Amino acid sequence: MKLAIFIVLFTAYIGYSVVVYTKGTKSDINFSKTEQAQINRGKLLFQQYNCTSCHQLYGLGGYLGPELTTAYSDKNRGETYMRAFLKNGGNRMPDFHLQDKDIDALISFLKYVDETAVTYKKK
Amino acid sequence: MNIAGNYNGSLSLNKATRAFLLLALSYLLLGLVFGLMGAFQYIFPEFLKDQLSFQKTRPLHVYMVITWIFTAAQAGIYYYLPNVSGRPVYWQKGIWLHFIMQCIISLVIIAGFFAGYFGGREYLEFPPLLGLFIFLSWVPFVINFFATLRPKYKTAPVYVWMWSTGILFFLITLSESYLWLFGFFRDNMVRDITVQWKALGSMVGSWNMLVYGTGIYVMEQLSGDKKVARSNISFFFYFLSLTNLMFNWGHHTYIVPAAPWIKMVAYIISMTELLIFGSIILQWKKTVSAARKNYNILPYRLLSFADIWVFITLALALIMSVPAWNYFTHGTHITVAHSMGATIGINTMLLMASVFFILKKENTATFQQNRKWISSGIYISNSALLFFWISLLASGIVKISGTQHNDTFFNIMLKSQPYFRIFTYSGIFVFIGLGILIFSSFRITAVKNQTEQMTSKKPVSFSTQQIAELKD
Repeated sequence: MKLAIFIVLFTAYIGYSVVVYTKGTKSDINFSKTEQAQINRGKLLFQQYNCTSCHQLYGLGGYLGPELTTAYSDKNRGETYMRAFLKNGGNRMPDFHLQDKDIDALISFLKYVDETAVTYKKK
Repeated sequence: MNIAGNYNGSLSLNKATRAFLLLALSYLLLGLVFGLMGAFQYIFPEFLKDQLSFQKTRPLHVYMVITWIFTAAQAGIYYYLPNVSGRPVYWQKGIWLHFIMQCIISLVIIAGFFAGYFGGREYLEFPPLLGLFIFLSWVPFVINFFATLRPKYKTAPVYVWMWSTGILFFLITLSESYLWLFGFFRDNMVRDITVQWKALGSMVGSWNMLVYGTGIYVMEQLSGDKKVARSNISFFFYFLSLTNLMFNWGHHTYIVPAAPWIKMVAYIISMTELLIFGSIILQWKKTVSAARKNYNILPYRLLSFADIWVFITLALALIMSVPAWNYFTHGTHITVAHSMGATIGINTMLLMASVFFILKKENTATFQQNRKWISSGIYISNSALLFFWISLLASGIVKISGTQHNDTFFNIMLKSQPYFRIFTYSGIFVFIGLGILIFSSFRITAVKNQTEQMTSKKPVSFSTQQIAELKD
């Protein structure tokens, strides 16, 4: 009996995972290959510099710095504001001595994240 | 439960278990040091900003604390396996292989963090290749667990189910959290974030299974009541927890624009935790009277404190699982309060109960000499944790209020400063309290037990009766 319950639950877990990976997280946003490559580069830089340590995207990450999911379209922040921080660092944020092309890639990635945040903005 | 007459593996097992215990406690100590450094960076923004910024202290803290939980649980399981199965650990050298692999991986990860090499994913902030090595380091543990126990699940107690589930789901969720390496997951932000939350949420469930299983085993040994771990009610709550491990993660993704039914499933499953909450309230009187009766037993005292933190943390988790409230609490220090209540209040207290249960068995005399220290460590850490927890809640409320008034991040941080100070200063006392427990454990471990002193000159074969006496 116990084993049977476990098997049923485990099968449901596997099935549910597959549905989440596919139908549950479908996206309508499409990019050209060049744009996608630039976004991916930005994402990898975001990970390489461990930005998640201080910043959150969709609630994942640390709290020492501001949430960045909708930073791009935020009236008080936006692209120029983010570029300034990426270029020089801030009170708490170290200066990572990023090159301009790296800053461009990071901005592309954050712009894309902002575009996906439909429900986030609604609220 | 037939023990072979020539079973003489307990001594080398003790050495390996001791090594694992010391390693686990070292992780906790280092986790506390880096946690405290990170806390200081909240109130003194320039503190080590260029030498060891929060970009490094946070992953160091997170890695150490998570590894403390897993390693202490594994150390306990290695120690309990012969008792539960009635046979020596299947692959003695495997324990040492596991130990050496883990030490090397940890050193590489720590050195990498100091040098600025990151994978940049929440919880798993080290470069992805090391995730593969972590997976491989678990292989000797998995072999030893299943080959020693040869579990018969029809009759096995609930903690064997929990340990097995913890192992299985750790391996599944660790693999799942690296799905982002494939373009199908990486190129779609919503998918990547959802799967990341899914994997991490269930990974927490996997370590909870290992830790709670250990807690139930220790409780069984202390009370001598073998019925509880085999009762229908225990299995009911096990399956309820398993369901939550598998499907509850979705409450983290209320703000992610994934399909609405993911949130609905998560919400419904989260609310089943009310059953656990209700059961704690119903059994409160019984729990309190049992705690009073066994208060002199230090591991039991730790289990009792863990019980209180289960109640507090579960109450907060239920509040955070309601979508309308989650909208406000998400992305605030209220989430951190929940994590701290769970990892320090519940996991660490349960694991320290296991550590002291083992140390008391191994070296009763030295354990008794350290009783007062251990007792004060328990009180200091738990009282300080309460202030720590409340200050995190308070700073979360400040953020909610600030966000509602369209305050800037800078202003919110400024208004939160008084609470950050309380959280840092109470963090110092959490450090002192747990530090006392850690150093007491080091002291007890450092003194050779009587059995070992007797047998250090030549190997001895024990009779079944002698083994039974040793185990008692």
